[in-house]
Amino acid sequence: MPLISPWRGDFPGILALQREGQIYLDSAATAQKPQVMLDALLGYYAGGAANVHRARHLAAERATVAFEASRAAVARWLNAQSPAQILFTSNATEAFNLVAYGLEHEFQAGDEIAISALEHHANLLPWQQLCQRRGLRLVVLPLDEQGKVDLPAAATLIGPRTRLLAVSQLSNVLGTWQPLTELIALARAQGALTLVDGAQGIVHGRHDPTALGCDFYVFSGHKLYGPDGVGVLHARSEALARLRHWQFGGEMVRVAHYHSAEFHPAPLGFEAGTPAIGPVIALGASLAYLESLDPAACLAHEQALHAHLLTGLRARDGVRLLGAPEAALASFVVDDVHPADLAQLLGDQGVAVRGGSHCAMPLYERIGLPGSVRVSLALYNDGGDLAQFFQALDQALELLR
Amino acid sequence: MSELPAAARQALASFSAASGWEARARLLMQWGDRLQPLEPALQTEANRVQGCESRVWLIAERHQQGWHFRAYSDARLLRGLLAVLLARVDGEDPTRIAQLDLADWFAQLGLSRQLSPSRSNGLNAVLARIGEMVQG
Repeated sequence: MPLISPWRGDFPGILALQREGQIYLDSAATAQKPQVMLDALLGYYAGGAANVHRARHLAAERATVAFEASRAAVARWLNAQSPAQILFTSNATEAFNLVAYGLEHEFQAGDEIAISALEHHANLLPWQQLCQRRGLRLVVLPLDEQGKVDLPAAATLIGPRTRLLAVSQLSNVLGTWQPLTELIALARAQGALTLVDGAQGIVHGRHDPTALGCDFYVFSGHKLYGPDGVGVLHARSEALARLRHWQFGGEMVRVAHYHSAEFHPAPLGFEAGTPAIGPVIALGASLAYLESLDPAACLAHEQALHAHLLTGLRARDGVRLLGAPEAALASFVVDDVHPADLAQLLGDQGVAVRGGSHCAMPLYERIGLPGSVRVSLALYNDGGDLAQFFQALDQALELLR
Repeated sequence: MSELPAAARQALASFSAASGWEARARLLMQWGDRLQPLEPALQTEANRVQGCESRVWLIAERHQQGWHFRAYSDARLLRGLLAVLLARVDGEDPTRIAQLDLADWFAQLGLSRQLSPSRSNGLNAVLARIGEMVQG
């Protein structure tokens, strides 16, 4: 059965790369954008830009309405109870830092923060640094053979000193869904707050942070077929109320005197300075596009592509997968071949994959590899892309071995 | 051209004749295979070039007649890049080495792409390190 993507034509970027002879299999780093998103971005600027939330003129009203409509669209996408639970940041990294600084006052020396061994640097370093500032202990939950957080170990490591659990939903290296329901239950039983890094998970299927029971859910717009410059923090209302203001300046202030000030509550109180107005509006357009698609058809296509990828990799001598990938991507190494060499020869043949440690250096340190090659998939990829990848892989390996 | 060291002239001749990624990759691997491995005692953190995806070590010694460099990496293609780099700089006159345009050297070999800023292979870091060593 040929694997055809009915959505490929909606993404001018993938078609442009194809005309250049490039096969794009690096969507876990950033995704190509649908035409409707490009139209929305251009439409906002070409139609008359204005700052949001302040002026009374027509352009400002139009920009503010469109900006807030995007917030409502994100709230709908996450099945949030209210748009006020959606905070826009400049990227996912800033959202993690917002929580780390906004909650800092709640931690005392000796408290513990639990993360998993597979976290992206963005969901590791803000906590590591917070631990250093406050004398906290960073507890790293180990993984099992499949590449999921080891639940029995987590049950012993998440304890009465745990104040926060911060874990990924879908690993950007291993492609494994993490046992969030169980982990969140363990943390909540200890009265700890919970944060989920949804940067990869949000792109595959629909997710409901409220149903999941986490306090904070973070993702970035650019991986979800949206523009860069926008991150999203979804927070449970009670958790939101515990965050302290962390960046100060325009937009977030209600009353300012020379020696004191009062600030807006969330969301505006956490969106200091002029936000990325055009990109936020454009993210709304990406979500409208995604909402127009048949979710079952999208999921089936992604699963078929992923299965084809795994079958092809497993069929090749000496290829070793990292963990047991379940969705979206696969990372692999080849016996006696340095991943940097392989990544370079794939790149030379016009195949865009990622080599290296994928912003998770401690994970590679732990599994004892110098890096790997990661292939990641999106809606617009098709069987042809994978066929060319495998052909390039075979040629590269023939040369290197 | 006549001022080039003999090894550099040889590199230039073979890389200019190579067309296509495959031929260049084969040449890089051949050159890399000729690079003498560094004994483990020299594979130290101090000799390591930071900022590379694979491990790279670089050692420079200044002699009367010129600089002597040794380098090694655990990635094969990078070993090849190091080999053609050393072919150009090894034995070079101490007063002239700081003025060498090494990016231009890789361009002459048809290997400019290896120096693009998005490359994480570390060749840029190696060039920066050589620059620091010969300035000092």
